[in-house]
Amino acid sequence: MQSIDLATASLREMNATLQAQAAQTNATQWEILNPRGAHAIAVGLDAPIEVTVRGSTGYYCAGMNKQATVHVTGSAGPGVAENMMSGTVIIDGDASQYAGATGRGGLLVIKGNAASRCGISMKGIDIVVQGSIGHMSAFMGQAGNLVVCGDAGDALGDSLYEARLFVRGSVKSLGADCIEKDMRPEHLDILRDLLARAGVDARPEEFRRYGSARKLYNFDIDNVAAY
Amino acid sequence: MNEHDRTIPQTAPIQSATFSNAINAEIRRAAATGIYDIRGGGAKRRVPHFDDLLFLGASISRYPLEGYREKCDTRVTLGTRFAKKPIELDIPITIAGMSFGALSAQAKEALGRGASAAGTSTTTGDGGMTPEERGHSTKLVYQYLPSRYGMNPDDLRRADAIEVVVGQGAKPGGGGMLLGQKITDRVAEMRTLPKGIDQRSACRHPDWTGPDDLEIKILELREITGWQVPIYVKVGGTRPYYDVALAVKAGADVVVLDGMQGGTAATQDVFIEHVGLPTLACIRPAVRALQDLGMHREVQLVISGGIRTGADVAKALALGADAVSIGTAAMVALGDNDPKWEAEYQKLGTTAGAYDDWHEGRDPAGITTQDPELSARLDPVEGGRRLRNYLKVMTLEAQTIARACGHNHLHNLEPEDLCALTVEAAAMAQVPLAGTDWYPGKPGSGY
Repeated sequence: MQSIDLATASLREMNATLQAQAAQTNATQWEILNPRGAHAIAVGLDAPIEVTVRGSTGYYCAGMNKQATVHVTGSAGPGVAENMMSGTVIIDGDASQYAGATGRGGLLVIKGNAASRCGISMKGIDIVVQGSIGHMSAFMGQAGNLVVCGDAGDALGDSLYEARLFVRGSVKSLGADCIEKDMRPEHLDILRDLLARAGVDARPEEFRRYGSARKLYNFDIDNVAAY
Repeated sequence: MNEHDRTIPQTAPIQSATFSNAINAEIRRAAATGIYDIRGGGAKRRVPHFDDLLFLGASISRYPLEGYREKCDTRVTLGTRFAKKPIELDIPITIAGMSFGALSAQAKEALGRGASAAGTSTTTGDGGMTPEERGHSTKLVYQYLPSRYGMNPDDLRRADAIEVVVGQGAKPGGGGMLLGQKITDRVAEMRTLPKGIDQRSACRHPDWTGPDDLEIKILELREITGWQVPIYVKVGGTRPYYDVALAVKAGADVVVLDGMQGGTAATQDVFIEHVGLPTLACIRPAVRALQDLGMHREVQLVISGGIRTGADVAKALALGADAVSIGTAAMVALGDNDPKWEAEYQKLGTTAGAYDDWHEGRDPAGITTQDPELSARLDPVEGGRRLRNYLKVMTLEAQTIARACGHNHLHNLEPEDLCALTVEAAAMAQVPLAGTDWYPGKPGSGY
């Protein structure tokens, strides 16, 4: 395993080294030591490498990730895995606000809780939160799946497009145009697969599904109260 | 006496200045439809503008340069603060961000062709980067918008600069809107949205708020792109002194400041006409912010919103801008609102010069549309040639003025070259009212 110690290496040196890894690199195992809450750790990666960040990170860890697996052994600051394209990001602890924001692909696993706006404007990413999530999560979510094993805060799925939301616990309130929907067999299959990939021991039947009522897709004066 | 007796003099009918025909028509339209008016473009109301300024020209106290003979440089470099590869432009006139989706693919290609031929940059918009646009743009600025439609690290690295859009002059504080009729299969795919829906763009970024966060966001973008390309921050004209200062604090290489005459693809008319500052009012506070921070010319200032002529370019630069950006004017150069389509404008209930329903996708000129038949009306090669010509003319005009003021580079134009025709323009531009040495707020003037 290759090590980069942020106590001695600069952020630029670390990211440049990881970004320079080619698709067929033999150096597939990396660890980042002493992250100490630094921002923009392991951003813009584009190779099938595995990066373990030993500690907690600041803003935008694993931002715009492609292919790589980034594992944070501590907690993650705001915007972890923002705009992720593919690959996997695993947070052992909690994640701050905007986790997985605008993500277009890949899998984000948060073993603790996620703060507000988890999955905001998500565009295809899959997010599995083993704990609970804060308010306004999946706001304007366009595509992908958000799985919450705990509870969801206020205004879940406000102004939702086509993202699917699965919550096992309570939902404090639903946002505009977000409704509970039937859990059909295909949804149970999707959920079962996501839970398995995230390593979560939970039964899909325990979850409820939420999605867009699609009433706000085209402006209608009769729906003005929802705007 | 019967006041309706037509044999005696009558009081003439007087239209209300408050309840004008246009206002009354809007009240009736709102009552009938229940929705506010949505349109494209920028503020149409009369506001103090560059037309309210004049250049003084050389005389005994200054000598002019010979037109066409003595050098008057127009080059500008943007992004010298941190970027390893600043953008070097032949002219200080850039093409503003306009999205594929709002504009046809042909129009985007034409903008790229024209800008490249003139030695300047063009800019993506709220729909991501298309291969055609990248291919035809020698220098392409990639907008990083709240919606993040189509955002990906590969395009980010393909860009020559990144523009973090905080706001725009037509709707500072507002998000965007692209109505369903323009969401074709390709536009929908690029934006990861269902076809045919009204697509909203958020009013603020999903993963940061405030200048401290912006600084970290810029750090992330630089780390992803290896600190190679400049990072612009674009703001709508509202509090230019503070916004520019905060953008600089956040680490911007370039600040783009867009006044209320700057156009949009679609938003509420009430927003366009009633929110924001005129472009003229933005420049001096922005320059002062840069000067107070010791960053004037270190962080470049790009001004947009109602730039139409070389005189406008010269005036913006004289007030302290490093470059300008054009959007609406570029569209007009391509053929937008051309009287040759008058019959079709009439069918749409408007007239050439007033057409602003860009969001409806029925543009007779084939520019603000996704309709294949309408789009085909715009030849991107011819459109690019027209835009190049227009950019060249504006540059020549600005050079003409600069030489007349005795300057061998457009950047040597200065406020002392200007006077104002109105008290309002004098106050905003902080140049003397014509024939005086005074402007409102001038230090020591007592007013």
